[in-house]
Amino acid sequence: MKAKKRGAKLIVADPRFTRTASKADIYAPFRSGTDIAFLGGMIHYILENHLYFREYVVHYTNATYLVNTEFKGPGELGGVFSGYNEKTREYDTKTWSFQLDENGLPKKDLTLEDPHCVFQLLKKHYSRYSIDMVSSITGTPKEKLEEVYKAFTVTGKRDKAGTILYSMGTTQHSVGSQNVRSKAIIQLLLGNMGMAGGGVNALRGECSAQGSPDNGILSEVYPGYMPVPSASLVDREAYLAKHAPGYKDPKSINWWVNRDKYIVSYLKSLFGGNSSKYNDFAYSWLAKFDEGMNITAFAAFEEMHKGNVEGFFAWAYNPACSASNANKIRNAMSKLQWMVCVDIFDTETASFWRGPGMKPEEINTEVFLLPAATHFEKEGSTTSTARVLQWKYKAVEPMGESMADYDIMNKLYFRVRRLYLQGGVFPEPVINLMWNYGEKGPDGEIKSVDVHSIAKDINGFYLEDIYDMSTNPPVLIGKKGDQVPNFTFLQADGTTSCGNWLYCGSYPQVDGKPVNMAARRDKSDPTGLGLFSKWGWSWPANRRILYNRASVDLEGKPWDPGRAVVRWNPANGSWEGDIPDGSGPPVAHEDGKYPFVMKIDGVGHIFGPLADGPFPEHYEPMESPVIANPMSKQRINPVAKLDYMDKDELPVDLSVGGNMPYPIVATTIRTQELYETGSSTRRQPGLLEMMPQMFVEMSEELAQEKNIQNGDKVIVSSARGKLWAKALVTKRFKPFKVAGSTVHQVGMPWCFGWRCPEDGSGGDSSNLLGPSFFDPNATEPEVKAFMVDISRVEE
Amino acid sequence: MTDGKSIFIDTTQCIACRGCQVACKEWNRLMPEKTVNKGNLQNPEDLSHNTWKLVRFSESDEEKLTWYFFSDQCRHCLNPPCKEAADKKANGVIIQDEKTGAVIFNPNMRINQVDFREIREACPYDIPRMQPETQMMAFCNMCFDRLSEGLPPACVKACSTGAMRFGSRKAMLEAAEKRLAEIKGTYGKALLTDPNNVRVIYLLVDDPDEYHKFAVAQKPFVL
Repeated sequence: MKAKKRGAKLIVADPRFTRTASKADIYAPFRSGTDIAFLGGMIHYILENHLYFREYVVHYTNATYLVNTEFKGPGELGGVFSGYNEKTREYDTKTWSFQLDENGLPKKDLTLEDPHCVFQLLKKHYSRYSIDMVSSITGTPKEKLEEVYKAFTVTGKRDKAGTILYSMGTTQHSVGSQNVRSKAIIQLLLGNMGMAGGGVNALRGECSAQGSPDNGILSEVYPGYMPVPSASLVDREAYLAKHAPGYKDPKSINWWVNRDKYIVSYLKSLFGGNSSKYNDFAYSWLAKFDEGMNITAFAAFEEMHKGNVEGFFAWAYNPACSASNANKIRNAMSKLQWMVCVDIFDTETASFWRGPGMKPEEINTEVFLLPAATHFEKEGSTTSTARVLQWKYKAVEPMGESMADYDIMNKLYFRVRRLYLQGGVFPEPVINLMWNYGEKGPDGEIKSVDVHSIAKDINGFYLEDIYDMSTNPPVLIGKKGDQVPNFTFLQADGTTSCGNWLYCGSYPQVDGKPVNMAARRDKSDPTGLGLFSKWGWSWPANRRILYNRASVDLEGKPWDPGRAVVRWNPANGSWEGDIPDGSGPPVAHEDGKYPFVMKIDGVGHIFGPLADGPFPEHYEPMESPVIANPMSKQRINPVAKLDYMDKDELPVDLSVGGNMPYPIVATTIRTQELYETGSSTRRQPGLLEMMPQMFVEMSEELAQEKNIQNGDKVIVSSARGKLWAKALVTKRFKPFKVAGSTVHQVGMPWCFGWRCPEDGSGGDSSNLLGPSFFDPNATEPEVKAFMVDISRVEE
Repeated sequence: MTDGKSIFIDTTQCIACRGCQVACKEWNRLMPEKTVNKGNLQNPEDLSHNTWKLVRFSESDEEKLTWYFFSDQCRHCLNPPCKEAADKKANGVIIQDEKTGAVIFNPNMRINQVDFREIREACPYDIPRMQPETQMMAFCNMCFDRLSEGLPPACVKACSTGAMRFGSRKAMLEAAEKRLAEIKGTYGKALLTDPNNVRVIYLLVDDPDEYHKFAVAQKPFVL
């Protein structure tokens, strides 16, 4: 609202007219699951009308790279990219490569004219996304599309910036990752990455949803986005060869060549003195996964459903309501021997065994519910989506027997450790773990955790005195026991310990004492850009805008001097402004460096291979009202994950072939009033009063077709299940005109559950209806576009 | 009386988060009601002795799809007709705070149904409500207990976008006029609701009827 007051235009593109849309300058509805068409149309518009930021595109992206001449796009191959294997439903990505010169570097065409260069391939690919085609797929009127494209692409100018904010409406699709890629391509073409007010920004549903993957909660990464090794990477050398490859272009910083320092420092923080150069820093104790194995939550539930999982920790996690195809998830839990739930209230997950349709006498799962402290009852940091760590304090003591998560974890650790000391398979990682997060009692165990010691451990400290050997005499740069000031001081020889290199600098040594940067509360903003560089601390290195060196020209001068993020001062050869992203002078300089330092080649990837292709291509959702994909004969994402489906769940039986048992597009939604699954907020009478019951938002047209009055009780059903909801008939949902036919769509929240309110008056989660179809890159379930039917309940 | 206090509610900034509605209940210890979804996000359905602040939702697609949010509450009239009616029936059941101008119900006085109905009918905004069992009248009291401690009303404090502002009547009138002038070019129908008669002033950008039947006074103020 502040940006709007300053003249920013707010565009909301959403199937539903939301409270946010009510404040938009432009609202554009589009059918769920057609993001790539909508955004592809914008890419087409940018290229056709030459609205891209040419200098930026040529120098800061891979648009100039020449692609393998064998590469072919979906326009030529009936909807798939070259290398598709129909049997395995996978791509051989051999042709998705670049033509290399004698140094092994991609060949470039700075004129962007070569027919094999990324730019020309992009143009060819998106030439198919004409406004007529896009409108017929998305159901968005042509004038509306043009209005959006025109308004946003204005930001391709030097002195204009535009940001794209998104959330699960973008990601929870069988093409979710490519939806995000479409946005990244647009922002690279318009030169909006690295600019103040630019970027592609994910909004999070939880206050530290950024902090948890930063610190290793995702299955495939250790803290600081260090890939979890597959079992074939038997030692550190093999790990680094795969995950820290070198690159011969001296202009590319290729930051991940530092990975060795980070992984060794991480191993030191895990195993302390038990990790040394004599045992490869205990690399072999890191948990690994089998080659090709999917270790995401949904894959785990699938195994659980098959009876292959013995025990399950649901830590502040309510998948009985939050996970798609929730009936299947609830049934999967009944195959467990034990389950531990850690939560502030009883949840639909902890009580799954007595939920609707369950027979408690037939379920053998032993459930433990550990009471956790609320966020007001514990101290610690949260990391916002802007990567800013903020410290918060304990307001009150935890109630009754409840404890902070870290205290629960602490007790568990020592109990498990005692058991491993008596024996067990592969005890080393548990027994040798460094766990110095508080005062130890005579039994060597910690009674209560000092959370500051965790924060300091994450930041990292020197294990030995470190000297700069390049000077004579050598100068002491780090004293044993001191906190490390930032990650450039981390070492690969075991002389530093660091729990998460990205957070190195969040708790440094200042004037001889460790200082908690997350607790800073200085509201000054000398840049006037809203950076607030002294409020809390942001990773990495307190940099407030990532890739900020893309906000300057080749000489280091800001594209937009009025809103300069960084600028190169040639007089003293250094950067001014925000902390620059990566060291080294601007690109044109003799020792110049490219701006996208985390990319191996230093530039933004317009051509960026994912499992489902190097460019986003429109496919229909797995369940879709559209029988034939207007874009190609390939109806669905050819590599979308089907592994986790029973044969009878195949989407082809559901919605194609003329007979559509479930003809209405559905999307799950959130409400502002009830948080996540509502497991905590449904117990607040003041919030429940505002949002008391499960509802389904639908258009007046659909209601009329189905003979439904506003406020009626209706049954919504899908191939997975059914539930009741109150009909919320609204002008804010309109039917879509898709390929000449009328398509209806509805929205249903997932914040309700049978457990509370206890009288069952709230209803249940819309995830009961969601499918088990997943994006091939991130295993996100497709709950933002699936098919349902609705009927009125005769009362 | 001094200039007194005012609340300025800029509906162009309201996103219907309903923080004001909850904050009102929390501060004034008003019991949440058992509600059902009747096909509208507005809940509870109406003001009551337990609900003194209510965000009303309404929508229209006549010219352009629009969703109106109207954070309803007592307007704290300069010369409150409810008080005038009450003074004749049950003197002292409604009083006006000298310092702030807040119109306050007296929780220690009982009132019968017939008298209450007359008081409610006197209100140009249909605000007063009564608890039938205790015969106690109730409506927004501008959090006068907070005001006496130098704090803003709970609803204003909770407003996340700055749509609600609180201050001296003079300052709020100025702010309202300034904002009206700012947006008049964009919104031809923009208006301030009865600024000369009330302390709680709304900035609307469409016909008041679109927001709520009682968005502006439905009875003339008789001075």
